[in-house]
Amino acid sequence: MIEARGLTKHYGAKVAVDGLTFDVRPGVVTGFLGPNGSGKSTTMRMIMGLDAPTRGSVTVNGQRFGDLRWPLREVGALLEARAFHPGRTARAHLTMLAQTNRLPAHRVDDLLELVGLSAVADQRAGKFSLGMGQRLGIAAALLGDPGVLLFDEPVNGLDPDGIRWVRHLLRGLAGEGRTVFVSSHLMSEMSLTADEVVIIGRGRLIEQTTIEDLLARSAHQFVRVRSPQAAALAPALEREGATLTVEDDGSLSVRGLDAPDVGDVAAALGATLHELSTQSASLEEAFMELTDASIEYRGAATDGPHPAAAP
Amino acid sequence: MTGLLAAAHAGLVRHAGPGHGLRLGLLVVVVVIVVVVVLIQRQRRRDRTTMEVASPTASGAGPALATVGLGEPIPPGRYHFTDLVRAEWTKLRTVRSTTWTLLVTVALGLGISAIATAETRSHWASTPSFQHVGFDPTATSLIGIFVAQFAVGALGVLAMSGEYSSGTIRATFSAAPSRLRVLAAKLLVFGLLAVVFAEVVAFASFFLGQALLTSPATHATLSSPGALRAVVGSGLFVAALGLLALGLATMMRFTAAALSTFVGILLVAPLIVQALPTTLSQDIRRFLPDRIGATILTTTGPHNPFAFSPWVGLGVLALYALGVNVVGAILLTRRDA
Ligand SMILES: Nc1ncnc2c1ncn2[C@@H]1O[C@H](COP(=O)(O)OP(=O)(O)OP(=O)(O)O)[C@@H](O)[C@H]1O
Ligand SMILES: [Mg+2]
Repeated sequence: MIEARGLTKHYGAKVAVDGLTFDVRPGVVTGFLGPNGSGKSTTMRMIMGLDAPTRGSVTVNGQRFGDLRWPLREVGALLEARAFHPGRTARAHLTMLAQTNRLPAHRVDDLLELVGLSAVADQRAGKFSLGMGQRLGIAAALLGDPGVLLFDEPVNGLDPDGIRWVRHLLRGLAGEGRTVFVSSHLMSEMSLTADEVVIIGRGRLIEQTTIEDLLARSAHQFVRVRSPQAAALAPALEREGATLTVEDDGSLSVRGLDAPDVGDVAAALGATLHELSTQSASLEEAFMELTDASIEYRGAATDGPHPAAAP
Repeated sequence: MTGLLAAAHAGLVRHAGPGHGLRLGLLVVVVVIVVVVVLIQRQRRRDRTTMEVASPTASGAGPALATVGLGEPIPPGRYHFTDLVRAEWTKLRTVRSTTWTLLVTVALGLGISAIATAETRSHWASTPSFQHVGFDPTATSLIGIFVAQFAVGALGVLAMSGEYSSGTIRATFSAAPSRLRVLAAKLLVFGLLAVVFAEVVAFASFFLGQALLTSPATHATLSSPGALRAVVGSGLFVAALGLLALGLATMMRFTAAALSTFVGILLVAPLIVQALPTTLSQDIRRFLPDRIGATILTTTGPHNPFAFSPWVGLGVLALYALGVNVVGAILLTRRDA
C-alpha cells in the first residue's frame, strides 16, 4: 500500500510534482501514467525517500520510507536502468545489497536465476546490454521479497521477449497480492499490464481510475454500422437516442448506443447489416485527450486543490 | 617539489649518472607495470568473449515466477550498523580498481624507495663526508609514501564518488535509508583498509630501504631515534589523507572535482603559499598537509620552527579530515540523493 497526500516537489522555481494525492492498492498492477517530464520519476524518488518532498507526505505500508525496519524486505524499486557500478559484477552488486538487510546469500543466486543472468553473474555489469542491466535492476528490486514494488519505465530498452517477460512478471507479482506501481508514458503498454492507473500531467493528478473505466468512458468509442438500408436505419437509431455520423464510405458511426442495441434496432426494422462493430479509439488517444486537458486546466487554474502557498 | 618529497630527499646524495641501484629499481617498477597491464588486458578480453556468448541466454524469457518468494519471515529488529559495514566491505572489495590501485601502489612505492636508497648507497663513497652527516636513512626509505598518499586519496574519492557517478547511491539508500549510518560504515571500512594498507607500505618501504643501505652507508633500525614514529606516523598520515579525500567526495559528489581538489591541496597549495611574502608563507605552510607529512618523515636535523611537531601535525590533519566529513555528512542528509 502506497499513500501519497498532497505530495509536492519544487526544484528551485520548477514545480515537478504538485499536490499529488493517490493510493496504490495491493493485489493489482497500478500504472503511473504521464507524458515526459510530468513528474513520475520524481514521485517515485520521493516514495523511496531519495528526494525530500517540499510539501506533503507519502507512506509505504503506513510508514515513512526512512522508518522502515528492513527496507529491502518491504519495498523494492527499479528506478533507473543503471543503478550499479560498472566495475562490479552482477553478483557482487546484489550481494552488497543483500547484506544491508541481512538476506541469505542464496537469495542472490535465486534472483540471478530468476532474471536469467546466472551465466553472466560474475561478469562486470558495465559490459551489460541495456536489457541485461534492466534485468539486474529487477533482480535488485525483488531481492528482499518485498510486498511493495516500484518500477520506473521497466520495459525501456527491452526487446519484445523482454517486454513480454516483464509484463508477465508484473502481473504475477500483483497476483501474489503485492502492491505493484509501474510508470510509463505509453498508455498502450499500460493497457496490457495495469488494472488501475494514476494519470498525471505537469505534476498534477489528472485522475485515478481503472483501465476499463477509461476505455468505456472514452469519447471516441462508437459503433460502426454498414447497411444497404441505412436511410431507414438512421432515423430509427436516432429515435433510440443515438448520435449519427455518416462516413465517407457510406457507413454510419453510432454514438450513444452499444453494438447489441444497434443490432436490435436493425432486427426490428428487418434491415440487413453488412457490418456491425465496436470501434474504440486507442487508449493512447484517450490519454492524450486527458493530458491535453490538464495543460489547459493548469493554465487557467486559480483555485486548484493546492493553491500556491505564500513562500 | 613539495615538502614531503624534499624531506625524503633531504639526505639523498645527487651525483651524475645513474647507479646500479637506480637501474635495478626502475627495472622492477617497469616489470611490475607491464605485468599488471598485461593481466588487465587479458581479463578485459576474457570479459568480452564471455559476454558475447552469454548475452543470448540472458535475453531469453526468464523462468516462471515460482522462485520469487524468500520463504522466511521478516526477522525481528531492524537493519543494523554491522550489516552496513559488511555491505561496505563488499563494495570496496568488489570494485576491481581497488585491487589494482593497491597492487600498483605497493609496487611503485617500494620501487621508488628502492631506487632512492640504492642510488644513495651506490654513490656513498664518492660523496663528500659532510653530506653523510645530514643523511636521513628513514626519510629516504619512506619516499614511497609520496606515491601511496595519492593512491589512497584516489581510492577514498572513488569509494564515494563512484556511487554517485554510477547511480549505486540510490540503490544503497533504497536498501538503507539512514544515510549517516551508511556514511559511518563507509568511513569505518575504508579507514581501516587505508590504515592497514598505508602501514604495510610504510613498514615494507622502511625495511626494504634499510636493507639496501648496506655498509658503508648509514642505515636506521626501528629503534633508531624517531624511526618508529616516522614509519607509523607516515602510515597514519596517508590514512588520514584518504579519509579527507572521502569527505571531499561526499561534499562534491563528482570524481573529477573531489580528486582535483585533493591533488590541489597536496601539490598546488604549497606552490601558491610559497608565492606569498616569506613571513606570511612560512606561517601558513605549517598548516599544509605536505609540511605536516615532511615533519613526520624527518628523523635527523633540527626541528623546523615553521612546522608542527609530528604528532600535533597529525592531529591537525585529523581535524581537517573530521571537518570535511562533518560538512559532507550534513550535505548528505540535506540533499536529494
Ligand atoms: N533533480 C532535478 N533537478 C531539477 N529539475 C528536475 C530534477 N528532476 C526532475 N526535474 C524536473 O522535474 C520535472 C519532472 O521530471 P521527472 O523526471 O519526474 O518526469 P518523468 O515523468 O519521470 O518524465 P519521463 O517520462 O521523461 O521519465 C521535469 O521537468 C524535470 O526537468
Ligand atoms: Mg522518468
